[in-house]
Amino acid sequence: MKRITTWGFCLLFMGGACLAADEAGDERYQALLYELRCLVCQNQSLADSDAELAGDLRKRVRDLIDQDMSDKQIIEHLQARYGDFILYRPPFAWRTVALWTGPFVLLALTAWLLLRRIRRRHARASGGLSDVERERLAKVLKRGDD
Amino acid sequence: MMRGWLVVVVFAGLVVMLAIGLTRDPSRVSSPLVGLPVPAFQAERLSSAEENFDSAALRGEWSLLNIWASWCTTCLEEHDLLMRLSQQLALYGINHRDTRDEAQNWLQVYGNPYRSSAFDEHGEVGIELGVYKVPETFLLDPDGVIRYKHIGALDEKAYREEILARIRGERS
Repeated sequence: MKRITTWGFCLLFMGGACLAADEAGDERYQALLYELRCLVCQNQSLADSDAELAGDLRKRVRDLIDQDMSDKQIIEHLQARYGDFILYRPPFAWRTVALWTGPFVLLALTAWLLLRRIRRRHARASGGLSDVERERLAKVLKRGDD
Repeated sequence: MMRGWLVVVVFAGLVVMLAIGLTRDPSRVSSPLVGLPVPAFQAERLSSAEENFDSAALRGEWSLLNIWASWCTTCLEEHDLLMRLSQQLALYGINHRDTRDEAQNWLQVYGNPYRSSAFDEHGEVGIELGVYKVPETFLLDPDGVIRYKHIGALDEKAYREEILARIRGERS
């Protein structure tokens, strides 16, 4: 009886250890699936898609995790076969410079134009005169002297 | 005045970029495998589980590697062309996610254009080749390097302009 209890405890603890390892793998698995795009239904991740290809790729991701590959290695494995398109976050490269920086360039440009316009209007509103106006004023004042 | 032009130029550039983007077909994703040797894979032959289909055999001459399935209706669109091409070109098949019975039956009914087909029951070879849309066709040069990948049904135009032109050395 005692022996059975000891074995039982051992199994229980070992099972616990297996479960814990499995949970870490599961978390990585889930996180990876959300990083990867299904190529059939292109606006869904591997986690969301019901396509058969997504099922095959999920199985491949699971196999690679079981082979102790790192997240980076798994992503590179799939990228080598399906290209950058499989990544939800495209890499920063010469081809993607416009994609990554475009919105910020447009934002900066718009902000700059807006600021200039506001400053100009502000200057006018606070009594500042343009060159043309100053010239006209000078002429008027001169006439007053005669 | 300068400022006005700057805005116009930036806006026009953006419009041109987006217009080019609109003409692209997002369902055709270019393959990173083009320009590289065909990935090494081994599978059973469709004709017999005892025989082996080895990707190492895909060299020595120009060849086409066509991914097909009996459940694939688009495959029927290109089938006549493949039957004709099989008389001039080495044509190999990869039977993708299928059952042996149905695939062999399909070849009997419609004709078999392939020298041999690999039986890729679970789509594992398909992943090695980055297959995502059946049918797909790879053009391999005599060194076994992938020179072109066609996604969807092959047609006369694509055959002439993309495949034949490369075999004749008219384009890279």
